[in-house]
Amino acid sequence: MSEVAAEIMMQHERETTKTVFGFWVYLMTDCVLFASLFAAYAVLHGNTFGGPSGKDLFSLPYVLVETLILLTSSFTCGLAMLAVQQRNRQQVLFWLGITFLLGLAFVGMELNEFHHLAREGNSWRRSGFLSSYFVLVGTHGLHIITGLLWMAVLSAKVMRNSLSAPNVKRLTLFSLFWHFLDVVWIFIFTIVYLMGVIPV
Amino acid sequence: MSNVPTKFSGENGATIGAYVTGYAASIALSVMAYLLVRQHSSGKTTLIILVISLAMIQCITQLRFFLHLGRETRPRWKLLVFLLMLMVVCILVFGSLWIMSNLNKRMTPQQMETYMKSQDAL
Amino acid sequence: MSFFFGKLLGKLSWDALPSSPTTAGAAVFMIVATAAIFGYLLYTKRLRWLWKEWLTSLDPKRIGVMYIVVAIIMLLRGLADVLMIRAQQATSAGSAHGFVSADQLQQVISAHGTIMIFFVAMGLLFGLVNLILPIQLGSRDVAFPFLNSISFWLFTAGMVLVNLSLMVGGFSGAGWLAYPPLSELQYSPGAGIDYWIWALQIAGIGSLLSGINFFVTIVKMRCEGMTLMKMPMFAWSVLGTMVLILFAFPILTVTLALLFLDRTLGMHFFTAGGGGNAMMYVNLIWAWGHPEVYILVLPAFGIYSEIVATFSRKRLFGYASMVWAIAAIVFLSFTVWLHHFFTMGAGADVNAFFGIMTMIIAIPTGVKMFNWLFTMYRGRILFASPMLWFLGFVVIFTIGGVAGVLLALPPIDFQLHNSLFLVAHFHMMIVGGVVFGYFAGLTYWFPKIFGFTLNERLGKYAFWCWASGFVLAFTPLYILGLMGATRRLDHYDASLGWQPLFIVAGIGALIVCAGVGFQLLQLVVSIVQRKQHRDFTGDPWNGRTLEWSVPSPAPAYNFAILPEVHSRDPFWETKQANLPASTPQYTDIRVPKNTGMGVYIASAAFLFGFGMIWHMFWLAAASLLVTIVLVIVRSSDDSTERLIPAAEIEQIETTHREQRERYA
Repeated sequence: MSEVAAEIMMQHERETTKTVFGFWVYLMTDCVLFASLFAAYAVLHGNTFGGPSGKDLFSLPYVLVETLILLTSSFTCGLAMLAVQQRNRQQVLFWLGITFLLGLAFVGMELNEFHHLAREGNSWRRSGFLSSYFVLVGTHGLHIITGLLWMAVLSAKVMRNSLSAPNVKRLTLFSLFWHFLDVVWIFIFTIVYLMGVIPV
Repeated sequence: MSNVPTKFSGENGATIGAYVTGYAASIALSVMAYLLVRQHSSGKTTLIILVISLAMIQCITQLRFFLHLGRETRPRWKLLVFLLMLMVVCILVFGSLWIMSNLNKRMTPQQMETYMKSQDAL
Repeated sequence: MSFFFGKLLGKLSWDALPSSPTTAGAAVFMIVATAAIFGYLLYTKRLRWLWKEWLTSLDPKRIGVMYIVVAIIMLLRGLADVLMIRAQQATSAGSAHGFVSADQLQQVISAHGTIMIFFVAMGLLFGLVNLILPIQLGSRDVAFPFLNSISFWLFTAGMVLVNLSLMVGGFSGAGWLAYPPLSELQYSPGAGIDYWIWALQIAGIGSLLSGINFFVTIVKMRCEGMTLMKMPMFAWSVLGTMVLILFAFPILTVTLALLFLDRTLGMHFFTAGGGGNAMMYVNLIWAWGHPEVYILVLPAFGIYSEIVATFSRKRLFGYASMVWAIAAIVFLSFTVWLHHFFTMGAGADVNAFFGIMTMIIAIPTGVKMFNWLFTMYRGRILFASPMLWFLGFVVIFTIGGVAGVLLALPPIDFQLHNSLFLVAHFHMMIVGGVVFGYFAGLTYWFPKIFGFTLNERLGKYAFWCWASGFVLAFTPLYILGLMGATRRLDHYDASLGWQPLFIVAGIGALIVCAGVGFQLLQLVVSIVQRKQHRDFTGDPWNGRTLEWSVPSPAPAYNFAILPEVHSRDPFWETKQANLPASTPQYTDIRVPKNTGMGVYIASAAFLFGFGMIWHMFWLAAASLLVTIVLVIVRSSDDSTERLIPAAEIEQIETTHREQRERYA
């Protein structure tokens, strides 16, 4: 490889390392954001104001399905990254597509759950518990929706410019984001749903 | 404007084995926790401890196998920033819980009585 | 038709315009001033230049200057608030009721605190960091130049919202932290709290992005040979500050959002009923709020380290212990937040823990103080104005600091919480520590930024007025606090005997204003006389660190050849070594291209905030959409850099070298 090309490659690597690290730092701040929401939930989860609690509202099988869907999407995202490593554009787009569909299914299920709750009169206005539930789970859901949008834009870029260095960088960032969202979901699944259903 | 195929400069540790292990382990841990709660298999406190432990394990699993944390070359800045975040989160969450539960105890009449009795003040 | 129009305007109506003469007058003044500046630029045909050279620049040195300009404008507004508060409290005793209503005074006080902390202190902070940090690290830029521009413009969008509130809708009257239940919709139905929420939310995101940016800059972009333990102390202090920003600001983001959700969507996080917990707000807001005050002061500490070493002509004493002190402060600042609400009702065990941690956190600061004094010991001290600001800091911050240690004891705090004693304490910390530090930094680095020195005599007058005026303004407050005066009073009984003290405090405030007058005069005079006071050498103070090795002002690329360092105080070492001048081989340098995207995105953010405040949700949704589109458009932009040719660099560097030789 010529000297100039090698120089450009090193430049891209440095740029990518810096950006990936910066994005990781952003994810750490997002962790603190979720931690604050968890703290609020932990303090308010008992404040049902005479209304229903988690036990009365949550359907564990439904949530398990959501969990497995999101988990699988995290796995397929990993497969997409492996395809990036192999520089296989078709595979990348394929696995990204699966990830997108799974993510969409997850959001759909969550919106359905919210809609159901609201229709029964158990909206976020009902109690401190419900407010904190909707905001914690809803914030995670908003992050997922952002991820879906990101995936769509990224796929378009990959279709247009293939696996260029900037696209590889963006895919790396996206995968960090998507995996991180699944890690946060572990805690929502456990603390909100599982612990919410355990009999007092 | 480059389509120069650069070396994949992601994290080391991104292998098919890693993702499969992570995926399988996470499914197992999630289902385990789910079943434990569904079967009401233990008392409340035990159940909570078990379920939280399973969550911690799954978290570490995913951090390792999906996010490849701890696999970077030195200096390990990502790990450092992660640990700093963890420290702040623990202080924030447990600190807030301690403070707020203490306030709640002292602010609600029934709980205040119990609290005062426990402090030998009643 | 008017029904539809009404829906479109949300809560906005003619009622939102100011109803009192004071507010209306202030609003008119602001409009006239803005129009005058705009008109002047239009008349001198400088609008295009401003846009091309400054507003769209991604050069941190330009962004830094813009931060400082905004901060100084807001300083003047904050000081106007001060004069109103002091005037009211000096005259509103017994049968007299001052000249503003209780409601208005609460708005003025809330605006004062919010503006000073979020727009003056944070503005000066980010301004100085932008200007100095990259050069001190031997770098050409920050890690993410475009993000830097966004941060500045989001900051400005927040500033515009705060100022707009004066003209349309009124500002919050719930203090600078807007505790519920007062800040909930039931007790504050107007737009004021929402203005406060969104100004801070938008500016806060800017701050968070800057935190990421500067943190990565320090971690990844130090020049060759500059290990962490060879960094200048200012860089260390910035590193500590950025860690605090990274982990504290998300808490603020959440808390503001939750309060907004309570007010707008009827949620029950902090409401008095419905299962809300107002105390949770206080807990969360101070979990952010305490790290915030250390965010403000740490860079000031870093600046003092630079100044003391330079003006004592001596190496900083105890570099390693200074680093450990910063690390200790960063850690401890997450463990003390309850001391802001000892009286809220927690038990003795909880209060004791946080009281002890608070006392402990005074120790690393003490270590720093002693290290500065030891640096001075046996140095050859030059009492230039940066050094004077430092000495003023030593006296004022120490007095305020020991008052703080007193307050750290819960039993004492129960007497003094929310009294004027507290107000005096934290003003001595923020003004004596933060503001004096940033003034010192501005005075110190001004020649580097603009290429000419400030009038030293006027600078000294400014300092003496500030220092004496400030002490005069706040010593009475300690006494008043001990006598039982609480904060935020708009009227008090004449029989209390407080009025003379308030009058003295008022006089102190006027002397501070004289100080500000001298600063403004200094600026004007220095600009007028700039040709006679050009800084040709780039090193007017015989400095020790890398920023003094580049021309004044620094060229866009900072360093023609990236430096390689081998020790602390690398520039000092280079000067001592007295190596023969080499003629290096210059190459082309790429720097970020200007872009208006930062302005556009922040404008969309501003409209989003405005829409949310006035419940014009169509506007909020549209602005959000526009923001997303702009971000996507920017991400598709592949040519974001421009080239500075080697020939141009050679010219700049040769001129600088010649000037340095001529004027050394």
